[in-house]
Order: sequence, then structure tokens, then C-alpha cells
Amino acid sequence: MKILICLSNVPDTTTKVKFTGDNTAFDKTGVQWIINPWDELALTRALEIKEASGGAISSVTVATVGGTEVEPTMRKGLAIGADDAIRIDADPKDAYYVAAQLAEVAKDFDIVMAGIEASDYNGSAVGGMLAEFLNVPSVSSVSGMNVEGGNVTVTREIDGGSEKVGVEAPFVAVVQKGITKEPRIPAMRGIMMARKKPLKVVPAVEVEALTEFATYELPEPKAACKMVDADNVRELVDLLKNEAKAL
Amino acid sequence: MSILVYTENWEGKFKKLSFELVSYANEMAKQMGTDVVAVSIGNVEEAELKSLGQYGASKVVNVSDAQLANLSNAPYAKVIAETAEKEAAKVIVFAHNNAGKAIAPRVSVKLKAGLVAGVTNAPSSYDPFTVKKKAFTGKAFANVVVKSDIKIVTLAQNSFALVEDAKDAAIEAYAPALDATEFKTEVKETNKVTGKVLLHDAEIVVSGGRGMKGPENWDVIEELADLLGAGTACSRPVSDEDWRPHSEHVGQTGKIIAPNLYFAFGISGAIQHLGGVSSSKVIVAVNTDKDAPIFEAADYGIVGDCQKVIPEIIEAVKAAKAE
Repeated sequence: MKILICLSNVPDTTTKVKFTGDNTAFDKTGVQWIINPWDELALTRALEIKEASGGAISSVTVATVGGTEVEPTMRKGLAIGADDAIRIDADPKDAYYVAAQLAEVAKDFDIVMAGIEASDYNGSAVGGMLAEFLNVPSVSSVSGMNVEGGNVTVTREIDGGSEKVGVEAPFVAVVQKGITKEPRIPAMRGIMMARKKPLKVVPAVEVEALTEFATYELPEPKAACKMVDADNVRELVDLLKNEAKAL
Repeated sequence: MSILVYTENWEGKFKKLSFELVSYANEMAKQMGTDVVAVSIGNVEEAELKSLGQYGASKVVNVSDAQLANLSNAPYAKVIAETAEKEAAKVIVFAHNNAGKAIAPRVSVKLKAGLVAGVTNAPSSYDPFTVKKKAFTGKAFANVVVKSDIKIVTLAQNSFALVEDAKDAAIEAYAPALDATEFKTEVKETNKVTGKVLLHDAEIVVSGGRGMKGPENWDVIEELADLLGAGTACSRPVSDEDWRPHSEHVGQTGKIIAPNLYFAFGISGAIQHLGGVSSSKVIVAVNTDKDAPIFEAADYGIVGDCQKVIPEIIEAVKAAKAE
């Protein structure tokens, strides 16, 4: 069995978000780029499953839609332990466009894992769309996954709990927190090896994006925090009840 | 033409969320000169289906096929896409929750309908169709134009108020043609926590961070939560250290919540944490460090030790309730 991880290249989670061009584009100046946190967890879990599979899982591949600027992030995926990488050479216009591109390479895989959202555009859509393009089952909100003898069982979050779900491969798992504990950090050996691992570049297919991010805005600045003395907790409850009307 | 809303039920009952979605769809229907059709999948009684009319649904399509007892993404998407075509839906509305995120993307591909996820407002323009959504995990908003003929939105929690507009909703049964071979997922086991307020439903959330110093100190958080009918949450370090289950983790990589009132006890307020809670209407922070970033996001703050302050809040709430 082969596993594909859809890897998104996103601004570091501590980035102070700014926009340029009259608020029509994200300002990339000085931004550090990372693997989307959920994708990193998916990759880590895929590697754990591969290592425990006794050879049943033959490879873990990462795929990203983007220009050459995404390659350092993809190399980080290889350094963490992916066997090879595929870059689809295109500007990721919207979720529909990205999913259509990924579908072209994902056809050859048994298990496809995608993060439940990317921390930049928060689309929560690529994994599900990809499954529909491939006409395969999808399970969303996946917080656990096991593969035993070709049988895949995933845990998915539901309101107020979780379910264990059996699913037939090929399928798409849309992954959230809990799938593994901590993302793996690349070791020096992994970083050295990553330079030599194959990173294939494939051309984009012709697809029309269905949505367009026209403008951005920042949230209204908040009024200053009203401080209450620690010896006067009653006043806090009073304010919450009568001023904020929140109690 | 119509606006279609997927109204999820929980053991046969609709929640406030379902009615919010209908209210939201009704606002669009008025602007577009059309009607709201709700689609319900599951075992829901007629009186409950009718209640969707209270918020403006003029028709409810009721699908009660036993094969759809558990969420299976592909067949659910098929049923909703078929209903959308039958009802000539121009816009399809889902909640931005587990079910919405699972189904909406598949419907989008089936109908070649542009999807905008985590929408916070009614469209600012209908031509071109433009909606505002959360971006950069709560740090910004984006105005997104949908170019396709059919549009799909998933509505972020607590972002649209209930508006009554009573209509006598017609109930129409729909029996989709579903073959057993279309079900490629099978629920083997369900584990539900009962008797606790669900985080996403909670109007008030009481949350603890590393400043709580250890899992043994959570009694006061749970006591305050019980007293307020609130949900309990925690910051990422707390769930990473297994003080609390990861299902309680709120923040950028955990759950994103938007309650009316959020208590942050012993949470310093890292930017990733704020990303998950900044849409809360009122934030209260208690922290020993007066320079903690949480105070920049909070509306009310106390510089002090949580172990001392929380019991006093509990007493003050009890006193306020007794008044």
C-alpha cells in the first residue's frame, strides 16, 4: 500500500498577518514558511504506520501544489521521513483548483491524508473535494488511524465523542489533532538524506477556480481590558452580569 | 429557484445551530426573492421538522433512509446534491462543523459549486456573490467572490442571530435511490461523553492553562463550569501534557470556538491560542503575570492566582444567582 500526504505550505503560526496592494494580497515580506500543522501530524502518523507495517506500506509520498518557493517546505517533509515528493507546478488558486490538481497524482495511492484545514485560508475543503474527484470514500475529522493486514480503521470526532470507522481503501482521511501526539522533528541525518530524495515536478492540469479571494481585512482593534482588583472579585461578576450582560 | 439548508439533527432533535442556519438562509432568500428549503437526513418527527418553518423555511425535504443512520460522506453528499438539483438551489448552506466540513466539499465538486468555508456574515453583495469569512485562523477576514452559478457556504458558529419569520413549512418525503455498495464506511463503535456540555454548543466556556499548575487543580474549573452550565476547555500545553483530553484543546490547531463568554484561567495567551478563541463575545482573563498577552485580547482581567481567584468567582456567582 502507498500513502500520499497532501502538504500545504503556510506562514509560521506566529506570523503577524499584514496585507498589501490595498488589502488585496497577503504580505509575504519576512514571513517564515512551515508545513501546515495538521499536514505535519498526518505525515508523522503515516510514517509511524509505515514503520509498524512490516513492509505492507511500501512508501509515504508528499505532494504540494505551488511554485518553486514551496520546495524548502517539501524538503522538510522529506527530512521528517517521507520517501519522495511531487510538486504540482501551479499557483494554488482556490480549494477546488488545488483538489483537482492533487486528484491527478493521488490516483496512484491507496491512502490519501490531508489536514482538516490550512492555517492560512482555512478552507476545510481540499481533502473532501479530492475524494469526490477520485470517486472514493472520505472520512473527516479523523483523530486516529490504524492499518492492519490491509484493513483500515480510523477514529473520527463527532459531537461529544468519537466513532471508530472501518473504511475501504482507496480512501481519503481528512486529519485533525489527536492523529498523533507530536509532529516529528527532522534529525540531522534526515536533513542530509532529504537533499538526495526524489522531488518530481509535474505540470498543472487545466481547471478553473470557482472562488476568488478579493480583499482582506483585519479585525477591529479591541478596547482596552478593564482590570479588576484581585481583592474585589465580586466586582468582576457584577460587571459580567450588568455591563457585559454575559452571565 | 431556492436556498437549500442542510439541517443536522442530534438524536431526532434540531439544535439552535440548525435554526441559525435557516435564519441565515432566510436573509439571503429575502434578498434574492426566493424561498428557503431545508433538507433533513435522519429520523425526525413531523412536529420537529415543522419547527424549521418558525425561522423561515417554506419546505422541508425529509430523508429517512435507515442506511443513512450514521454519517457516510459520499452518500450524504449524493442525497444533498440531488435535492439541490431538484429544488433548483442557487445557494446551499451548511454549518461549519464536523458534518458540514465532511459533506460540503463533496457537494461542491458534484455540482461544480464554489465553496466558501467559515462564513461570518450575510453576503455583502449578491452580484458578484461576495461573502466574508475567517482567514489566517482568526487573525483576519477575507471577502471571497464566488464565480460559479451555484454557491455553497459553511456558516461559522455563533455568527448569525436567530430571526423568527413563521411559515407553515410543507414536509416532503424524499426516498433517494441508494445502493448498499455505495456505503464504503462502517461505524464499528461509538464513544460518547454524556452529561457534559459540548464545547461547540456552550454559551460559556471555562478554560485552563499551564498556570493552573497541574491536573489535580481542575476541580474549581469544573465546579465553576457546572455552576454556569458551561463547557470546559484548555490550552495546548495542558492537552499535550495529558492534564486534560485533547478534545478540550482550543486554539489554532485545536477547536475554534466562539462562545458568549470565555474564561481564560492561567492562560498566557499565545497567538495560536487566541486564534481559537478571539471570536468569543466577552473574554475574561486571570493570570499572575500582568504583562501576559491574554490581557490584550481580554475584555476583563484580574492579575492574581487562579487557585485563590476561581473559588471567589464561584462564591460571587452563587451570590449573584441568589439575588
